[in-house]
Amino acid sequence: MNDVVLELNAVVKRFDDHEVLRGVSLQLRRHEVVCLIGASGSGKSTLLRCANMLETIDGGSVSLFGQSLLDPRVDPDLVRRHIGMVFQSFNLFPHLSVLDNVLLGPVRALKRKKSDARDEALALLDRIGLRDRADDFPDHLSGGQQQRVAIVRSLAMRPDLLLLDEVTSALDPTLVGEVLDLLSDLANQGTTMLIATHEMNFARDVAHQIAYLDQGVLVEQGTPDQIFNAAQHASTRNFLERVR
Amino acid sequence: MTLGFDADTSNEIPNLFAPRRSRIFVGRRGVVASTISCVLILGIVVSVLFVAPGGASFRHVFFDPHEMWVAWVGDPRRGILAIKDGLVTNIWMFLVSEVLVLFLGLALAWTRMSQSPVLLPFRILATGYTDIFRGIPLLLVVFMVGYGLPALQFGFLSSQSFAIYGVISLTLTYSAYVSEVFRAGILSVPNGQLLAARSLGLTHASTMRRVTLPQAIRTVIPPLLNDFISLQKDTALVSVLGAVEATRAAQIAVSVDFNESGLTVAALFFLVLTIPMTRFTDHLLEKDRARRLVSSL
Repeated sequence: MNDVVLELNAVVKRFDDHEVLRGVSLQLRRHEVVCLIGASGSGKSTLLRCANMLETIDGGSVSLFGQSLLDPRVDPDLVRRHIGMVFQSFNLFPHLSVLDNVLLGPVRALKRKKSDARDEALALLDRIGLRDRADDFPDHLSGGQQQRVAIVRSLAMRPDLLLLDEVTSALDPTLVGEVLDLLSDLANQGTTMLIATHEMNFARDVAHQIAYLDQGVLVEQGTPDQIFNAAQHASTRNFLERVR
Repeated sequence: MTLGFDADTSNEIPNLFAPRRSRIFVGRRGVVASTISCVLILGIVVSVLFVAPGGASFRHVFFDPHEMWVAWVGDPRRGILAIKDGLVTNIWMFLVSEVLVLFLGLALAWTRMSQSPVLLPFRILATGYTDIFRGIPLLLVVFMVGYGLPALQFGFLSSQSFAIYGVISLTLTYSAYVSEVFRAGILSVPNGQLLAARSLGLTHASTMRRVTLPQAIRTVIPPLLNDFISLQKDTALVSVLGAVEATRAAQIAVSVDFNESGLTVAALFFLVLTIPMTRFTDHLLEKDRARRLVSSL
């Protein structure tokens, strides 16, 4: 059985003359958690966006469940229905209640019946302890609560893969914990995740694999133990030294 | 190496009190001052009507109470049409135009922002349309539609009343403006909102309908009402075709009695129609500003 969910092969991405990704290859298997680490501007966010077709790529290939996303017959909207994405700045819809934020995808993209989707959405909100805030609008929630709702919004699509783009970077330090706890729970339940993060302790705890990106090059990949305790490359050791 | 500033060692306490003249108008004295100022300025403006050499005849020509009343209610025996009846024409013309403008404006904006390669000719047409109708003076559009469509002798298109041609002209011109208002509103929605919606697998159209437009509406309403105020006044331009609306009725009264008071009446009632709208627009803008202030805290 082939259990590779996402595969990037020598992916190149340019913005004008600037090469943001320079031949990055990465594999993500079912139930696997991979953390992308690296300085700001190293290409972590761009890599995530290439995975769900928010960006087109200029070289190499991306495939999902063994199907190349470069095939012109592939519908990006269908691809994205299998891939959840959570953003640094939450991007909840301010004109919709918490519940409607969670329902929008299942009801409007998956065309599920609103009553069924609603029960499931409320159960998800219950899991993060925000069921009683279902009718509130996002700007009445704290940053940590908003980000957890954003994660639940992605989960409501029952994605095969979750992409998380520095989801705690915009949060007050006191609120980071609740979001990371939720992600740890998800990891323990076997959610497949590709996580760009600056939280090294979190990465060490939840990741099966750590990938270090430097200026668009995937310098080194390995288990947390290999990366944090026995990095092969000087630039990896240098980076870890600086963030410690 | 020390910095360029010497430490302040003088121990002098800085003066924090404003000079006396800026403290005069605090509290109740401020209210008194603004009342006096208003009465004074208004007095000066009005006194021009009395002091000017032609003041007496100006007052008679523009503010004769009897002539104003006659122009308002009309005098059928002498062929003077009532401004109050004409005003009804203005009101339905702008109400119908506003509804049509709303739809056509949105359709134009939507077309200009579409992405499908198949729609390219429509995108070009929509762009051309907004360029053309924002560029041609409304007065000329009124003439072209009002005289042009009947000249076509093309079925029902050529056999409408001047008021209908007025509605068509207003709709054509104002749709171009309003489509730009819509477009600006749509573009003002943060990109992160689109990324989030598309990441959920929503199509371009669903994203527009469920995420972009509902958020754009808030930004759009004040400038939209602004254009509507302008549209309401511009119904007066249809009078050049001979459509009997308030301005036309006033002109008739003027030509029969050689007294311009009818124009004053028409002007007053245009004010009565637009002032609630301008006040409402300002109110919305203030509310929106307050909301932005709160959400940026």
